[in-house]
Amino acid sequence: MSTMAFLKRSPWILHYDASSCNGCDIEVLACLTPLYDVERFGIINTGNPKHADILMITGGINELNRAVVRNLYEQMPEPKVVVAIGICAATGGIFRECYNIAGGVDKVIPVDVYVPGCAARPEMIIDGVVAALSILEEKRAKMTGAAQIKDDARHAAGEST
Amino acid sequence: MPERIVVPFGPQHPVLPEPIHLDLVLEDETVVEAIPSIGYIHRGLERLIEKREFTEYVYVAERICGICSFMHALCYSQGIEEIMKIEVPDRARYLRTIWSECSRLHSHLLWLGLFADGMGFENLFMRSWQLRESVLDVLEDTTGGRVIQGTCKIGGVRRDIGAEKLAEMHRALDPFEEQCRNLGDVFLNDETVKYRLQDLGVISKDEAYALGAAGPTARGSGVAIDHRETGYAAYGDLGFKPVVETAGDCYARCAVRVKEVYASIDLIRRAISEMPEGPLDVKVKGAPDGEYFSRVEQPRGEVVHYLRGNGTKHLARARIRTSTLANIPPLVKMLPGAQLADVPVVVLSIDPCISCTER
Amino acid sequence: MTVNEEQTTIGVALEDLMREVEGLQTGGYRLVQIGCTDIGGAYEVNYSFDKGYQFRNLRLTVGPETEVPSISGIYWGAFVYENEMHDLFGIPVAGINIDFKGTFIKTAEKYPFSVTRRGGDRCRNA
Repeated sequence: MSTMAFLKRSPWILHYDASSCNGCDIEVLACLTPLYDVERFGIINTGNPKHADILMITGGINELNRAVVRNLYEQMPEPKVVVAIGICAATGGIFRECYNIAGGVDKVIPVDVYVPGCAARPEMIIDGVVAALSILEEKRAKMTGAAQIKDDARHAAGEST
Repeated sequence: MPERIVVPFGPQHPVLPEPIHLDLVLEDETVVEAIPSIGYIHRGLERLIEKREFTEYVYVAERICGICSFMHALCYSQGIEEIMKIEVPDRARYLRTIWSECSRLHSHLLWLGLFADGMGFENLFMRSWQLRESVLDVLEDTTGGRVIQGTCKIGGVRRDIGAEKLAEMHRALDPFEEQCRNLGDVFLNDETVKYRLQDLGVISKDEAYALGAAGPTARGSGVAIDHRETGYAAYGDLGFKPVVETAGDCYARCAVRVKEVYASIDLIRRAISEMPEGPLDVKVKGAPDGEYFSRVEQPRGEVVHYLRGNGTKHLARARIRTSTLANIPPLVKMLPGAQLADVPVVVLSIDPCISCTER
Repeated sequence: MTVNEEQTTIGVALEDLMREVEGLQTGGYRLVQIGCTDIGGAYEVNYSFDKGYQFRNLRLTVGPETEVPSISGIYWGAFVYENEMHDLFGIPVAGINIDFKGTFIKTAEKYPFSVTRRGGDRCRNA
C-alpha cells in the first residue's frame, strides 16, 4: 500500500475568501479552534496551496478574484477536492444580483462539495469536509489505479524487448 | 544606500482570512513605503438598494460584514427610523444594546485570537476563540444565528429575550468576566507580548485625528471618539465613557480592545438589570422621504450609512462608509519603519475587515 | 453623559470647495467620508466632517465629466474616498496624492454608479 492511502487521515486545508461577507470565513476558522477542533482528526489549515489537499472557498466569484481562485486551484497537487462553503459560494446567494458578482465558485473551478447555509454552521462545514474526504479517497484510488495500469504496461513493454 | 525592492503581500496570505494586497517597498528588511490595493471582495452592495425594498435591505446590510452584522443592521435601521421619525420602544432599545455588545465581545475576542496568531502565540489564539464560543452560544440561544442574527428590523426588534434567559445570562457574566480578565492579563502583562508590540506601528494623536482614524485605532492614539457617547439605542440611559490609551502603538490598540471587552461585559450587565418591560416594535407605515447620515460605533470604529429616500419603497441611495476604509490611511502611515516580519502584526492591529471595506 | 449629535449640510460651489475645506481643517474638523449620489444627470458629492460629534457636510453638485479638485493636500487620508469616487462614479479627481488611476476598486462594469450608465439595471423587483 502506498503512503498516499494515509492522505485521508490527515488532509490539509487551504482556505480562500472569494467575496464572502466574512460570516462563513470565521465559521471555517471556528472549526479549527477548541470547541469544534478538527485538528484532532489530523486536519490542518495551511496557507500554502502546494501543501493543500482540500480547497475551501467562501463567497462568490467577482472580476478581480477570478484569476486568484483559478491560480490557487491550479497550484494544488492532484488529487484535490474543492468545497464551496455557504450559499454565496454555491450560487452567489443574497449577492447574486450585484453587478460585480459573476455567481458561484463553480463558474471558475470544478466544485465537489457544496455546504449550504448563510452563514454555514461549523457542524455543516465539518460534514462537508467529511464528504470531501471520501471524494478525495476516490480520486486518489483512481489516480493510483491509472498509475498502476501505466506501470504494468511499461513493465510488459520492458519485458518484451 | 541599500537597494529598494518591492515585496507583494497578499491577497491570499496565511495571516489574514480575508484578501488584501499591499505592495511593500523595502530597504533590506525595513518597510519604507506601503501601497494598498483592494477590490478582491467588492460586490456592489450599495447598488442592490435599487432591487430591494427599504425594509428588505436590512438583510443585505447585515451581510455587509459577517462580524459586525448586527451593528450594520442597527445603523441602517436607525437611519431609516430617523428619516421616518419612528420612536423605537424602550425594550427594543435595550435588546439592541445587548446584542450590539455581544457582537462587540465576539468581534474583539476574535480579533484578540487572530492577533495572537499573528504574533505566533498559538495557545492564546485558541484560548481567545474558546471564550468567544460562549458569546456565540448566547447569540445563538437568543437570536437563532451565530454570526448573522437577523433580529434587528426597522421599528424595533424581531425577538424578545425572556426573563429566565436574561437571568441566566446575568449569572453567567461573572465567571465569564473572570475568564476574560485572565485572558486580558496575558495580552496586557506578558513580557513576550509586550516585546512584540510596544513601539511598533506608532501613530501620534494628531496624526491619527488628521488621517480620520476610527475606533480602537484612533482611541489607541489618545483620540477619544466613540459614537456610543451620542447615546443611541440604550447607551444614553446606561452612560458610557470611551476607553482611551495614549501610546499609539500596536500594544495600545490591543489594550483598548482588551479593556473594551470588560466595558462591554459591564454594559450588558447593566442593560439586563435595567431592562424595561413593553412592546418590541412599532408598526412601520409609509416610505422614507428625506436623508440622514446614520452613525454607529462598531467594534472596528465608526460606520456611516448615508440613506436617502424619495418617498417610494426603494431608497434613492445608500452609501456605506465602514471603519476599515477610514483606517487604511493610518495603516499606510504606520507601516514605514516596521520590519517585514512585523508587517502582519501591524496590519492586524487596525483590525481590518475587508468585506466591510469593499462592500 | 450624552453628547447630542448635530448634522448640518451646506451647499458649496466648486470654486469655493478648497477654501471651505481648508477652513474646516483649521477649525479642527476631521474628515469622516466623501460620498456621491446620483441625482439624475448630475452628482451630489458630500464631504462630511466631524468635530466632537458635530457633523458638518459640504455639498457640491457637479455635472458628469466635471473635474473636481482633490482635497488630499489638506486631508492626506482623502485618497481612499477620492479614488473610490473615480472608480465607482467616473468623476475625474485632479491631483490625488496616491492616485490609483482606476485600479483602487476594480469592477466588472466600468463606473457602476455613473449617471450615464445604461438603465437596464434600474428595474425594480416590486
